[in-house]
Amino acid sequence: MSHSSNSFNHCPGARGLTFRESLLWERSREGRLALSVPEQDVPESNLDPSLVGDAPDLPELSEVDVVRHYTRLSTWNYGVDTGMYPLGSCTMKYNPKVNEQAAALPGFADLHPMMPESCVQGALKLMYELERDLLEITGMHAVSLQPSAGAQGELAGMLMIHAYHSSKGKQRHKIIMPGTAHGTNPASAALCGYKPVPVELSSDGIVTPDAIRALMDEDTAGIMITNPNTLGIFETHIAEISKIIHERGGLVYGDGANMNALMGYADIEKMGIDVMHLNVHKTFSTPHGGGGPGAGPVVVRDILEPFLPVPRIKKEGDRYRLESNAPLSIGRLHAFLGNFSILVRALSFIRTTGKNLKDVTEQAVLNANYVKANLKGVYNLPFPQPSMHECIFNDAIQQKNGVTTLDIAKRLIDLGYHPPTVYFPLVVDGALMIEPTESESKDELDGFIAAMKAIAEEAKNSPETVKAAPENTTIQRPDEVQAARRLILRG
Amino acid sequence: MRYLSHTPEDLREMMEAVGIKKIEELFASIPAGSRREREIAIEPRSEWALMREMGEMAGADCPGVAFVGAGSYSHHVPAHIPYLYSRSEFQTSYTPYQPEVSQGTLQAIFEFQTMTANLLGMEVANASMYDGASALAESALMAIRVKKRPKVACSRFNHPHYVQVLDTYFRPSGFKRVELGVLPDGRTDYSKVPDDVSAVIVQSPNFLGVIEDLEAAARAAHDRGALLVVSFAEAMAWGLLKSPGSQGADIVCGEGKSFGLSQNFGGPGVGMLACKTEFVRTTPGRLVGQTADREGKRSFVLTLAAREQHIRREKAVSNICTNSGHCALAAAMYMATAGKTGLRQVARLNHDKAAYLKSGLEKAGFRPLFDAPFFNEFALTAPDGFESRHEALAQKGFIAGLGLERYFPEYKGAYLFCATEVHTKDVIDAFLKEVA
Amino acid sequence: MKTFEELDIRKDLSYSKTHEWAKKAGSVVCVGVDDYAQSALGDIVYVELPSVGAAVNAGAAFGSLESTKAVSDLNSPVTGKVTKVNDALADAPELVNSSPYEEGWMVEIEAEGGAEFDALLKSDAYAEYVKTLDASH
Repeated sequence: MSHSSNSFNHCPGARGLTFRESLLWERSREGRLALSVPEQDVPESNLDPSLVGDAPDLPELSEVDVVRHYTRLSTWNYGVDTGMYPLGSCTMKYNPKVNEQAAALPGFADLHPMMPESCVQGALKLMYELERDLLEITGMHAVSLQPSAGAQGELAGMLMIHAYHSSKGKQRHKIIMPGTAHGTNPASAALCGYKPVPVELSSDGIVTPDAIRALMDEDTAGIMITNPNTLGIFETHIAEISKIIHERGGLVYGDGANMNALMGYADIEKMGIDVMHLNVHKTFSTPHGGGGPGAGPVVVRDILEPFLPVPRIKKEGDRYRLESNAPLSIGRLHAFLGNFSILVRALSFIRTTGKNLKDVTEQAVLNANYVKANLKGVYNLPFPQPSMHECIFNDAIQQKNGVTTLDIAKRLIDLGYHPPTVYFPLVVDGALMIEPTESESKDELDGFIAAMKAIAEEAKNSPETVKAAPENTTIQRPDEVQAARRLILRG
Repeated sequence: MRYLSHTPEDLREMMEAVGIKKIEELFASIPAGSRREREIAIEPRSEWALMREMGEMAGADCPGVAFVGAGSYSHHVPAHIPYLYSRSEFQTSYTPYQPEVSQGTLQAIFEFQTMTANLLGMEVANASMYDGASALAESALMAIRVKKRPKVACSRFNHPHYVQVLDTYFRPSGFKRVELGVLPDGRTDYSKVPDDVSAVIVQSPNFLGVIEDLEAAARAAHDRGALLVVSFAEAMAWGLLKSPGSQGADIVCGEGKSFGLSQNFGGPGVGMLACKTEFVRTTPGRLVGQTADREGKRSFVLTLAAREQHIRREKAVSNICTNSGHCALAAAMYMATAGKTGLRQVARLNHDKAAYLKSGLEKAGFRPLFDAPFFNEFALTAPDGFESRHEALAQKGFIAGLGLERYFPEYKGAYLFCATEVHTKDVIDAFLKEVA
Repeated sequence: MKTFEELDIRKDLSYSKTHEWAKKAGSVVCVGVDDYAQSALGDIVYVELPSVGAAVNAGAAFGSLESTKAVSDLNSPVTGKVTKVNDALADAPELVNSSPYEEGWMVEIEAEGGAEFDALLKSDAYAEYVKTLDASH
């Protein structure tokens, strides 16, 4: 195995102790039960037998079966706690453990959402204080914590823009959307009936005031802009762009997915943004959980406050209450008040970090630029402009030897790193989008850079090794085409 | 800052490599007009100070016993479940885009999809939605995509918050929701379903705890060429009741928080969404499929991504990406733990406890609002003067049901009560003694 | 993705700039996607087609092609009514890759008038057009 040669000894990837594990129902044996059933201390009741169904077809297992099963499955996963996870645009930073301890406090974890307000003062206070902190960090005017994830925050923002135009008596039908906007933006706009209008980028990869002036009209609701954009480049004309949009009656949606690059340095309100969502896992260290749950608070400037989702949290003296009377509100987005336990974790991070959030931003940007400086020339850099928290290479150099972005990603796995985001953003062919975040030390970054350089060497000298990767994992290159052609969605 | 690693020496070397003298240079592209001038005015706390502060806030919430469900139900969480799902390989990973390093998540979600589909009696289930409310809104949009009629009929006894979320999602589209009234026994009245709806949407057990006649709902929907969408807020009910799929549901959506998750003041939950195979391409959310790797080994991957926002963009079936994966994992662990026999036993116990509480309250002068069967929740009209005692009971640690007037003005003086397996006979008796 | 030299561009077919081919027999036009489109999209995993009887408009989408990483609209070369649909593609979308001009055909359309068909690119003109796309890559 080429991998065991000395040149890779600095990389954490090694063939570990790996286990096979069956599907749950393959372990099932009739008569096993992993659940401790509570005592039957009340009389058995009657229920009309015609309402009762067959017992659900679920596996029968012991507690040991369940524990072994999931423990083994967990060993097939890579997490931030395992190592560097430079997935661009996803901001996979370290998740402090005190966040978990705070969220698990019984006064939070066991709190029912439909209790009288007098019983939930602590939880409401926590949410109110998190709101204040988010406003302090962004410089905006008002906030709702209700959206369940960034994408629902985006939807909330677009619903507010839609409601705003309705309240002015004339709905608009288009929305300007640069190709460097976050991937979810077009679908969020479409849910509000807005047709995305693309805008040409400058050669520097940013949106220009002239391009916006040419597009913005009375039928355009505004713009959805990600800043820094998905190329990692700050939209330097943002304030002027916002001004043009506002002059023609539109609003500016700022996608806050990349807020990790701005804390302490940019003022969102001064940029002219009217509404922005925040991804708490990207900026405020809540764990991603392999696909959620997240939380996507939306911050707004004053003109949009009446449109925020309800209920809202109000403070009167030292008491907190919920207010649902808001005739212009877009309404409710969550069954209750939002993903509360995720919000506890976000507040926990914000308060252990405090004003040092600025250092978080500085080191996130420094780390990305350090990787960029070291890999320049080794990998092609389609946009060499100064960039912030992420850098985007592609496979143009390696393609000459038949090695693609996908091959490079898979080879990184062998060397012990999670691959970067691949083939996104779409404006770059074969993109390798690297976002180290602030969590990585110089040693980690040096290891990653060396691994990337070693792969580039392999691509030149033994491309077949890269194309054969990964070799260390439990499975290799599953057939995604067959998965989609012959759907098997359940066992 | 303990989460950051760079020493002054590291910083110096890195800045040199990047070609800058001061770190501020990295932010030169932010023009003066967009710059923040002042420091972030949040004092950093030590871990210990933070936990004191958090502990004070958590301590300001009443401990008490809630006889309240209304969409969030107290159930025991077996000790091994939080222990297992807290494993960092599950908790600190991203959406499984790279299957070779996320087979753990992928297989667990495939198992979640399978067990959810089995529980609900449906052909396929997705990898989860945010919560029961957004699952309902997305199901309604899905039914409209399938049937192409811009209207749905929704029972008056669907969870009011879920219906509010549906209205939020509908507002910009101009889609219409008409309300179906209820019969005197507390079940939905299907006699006035309009002919031009895409879906009949009914929750069972409904918001007031009544088990709905889903076969009647299916007939009402299918006679009009519409889909039956069954919503639920209490997944535990399907451990005992006939599954929605076996009664003709086309789409089933609801809240799975009862399986292995704490209350958490209402969130996060885990939206479950299942449907017939023929509708799978119009389903929102992620799907995990089985395939084989290059050596023929069973593997799991995200599939049918072409429906989703990052590929189909403005034509995507939904904008959802991150869902409630970690909660779905917990729910899968619960279903695997309870299994076929355990879930039945716990579900039955829920009904037993609720029946015991109900009969006790009736002895104390409460009168049932409806006489149709219930699962673990039921509505009663309180004796005169009870309203003023509600707060006093709360002070003694008993949350005596949820007042219904603010949701249904016609039920002034009525309360929605819930009991589950967590309410021991001793606690119920102590509560009944206070109420009497 | 195939190079220009590797592409199979059939002489007896007409083409749209969005890479659908069309073949006319009487007033009925048979439609599929060409070798360029199937090669650019890669492995096709699903073909979404209209029902028999559906009205289609020239230049407007009548269905879509999905690969694992992309979705592409199928645009109708002519206006008319769908008279036949290739049901085999439901279970075997790979036919679009393996046999784009024969087994991978998609729909037959009863066309309204012949002008739209006549305005489509002939194979030589289409080959020239594809060459310009190839060069820009």
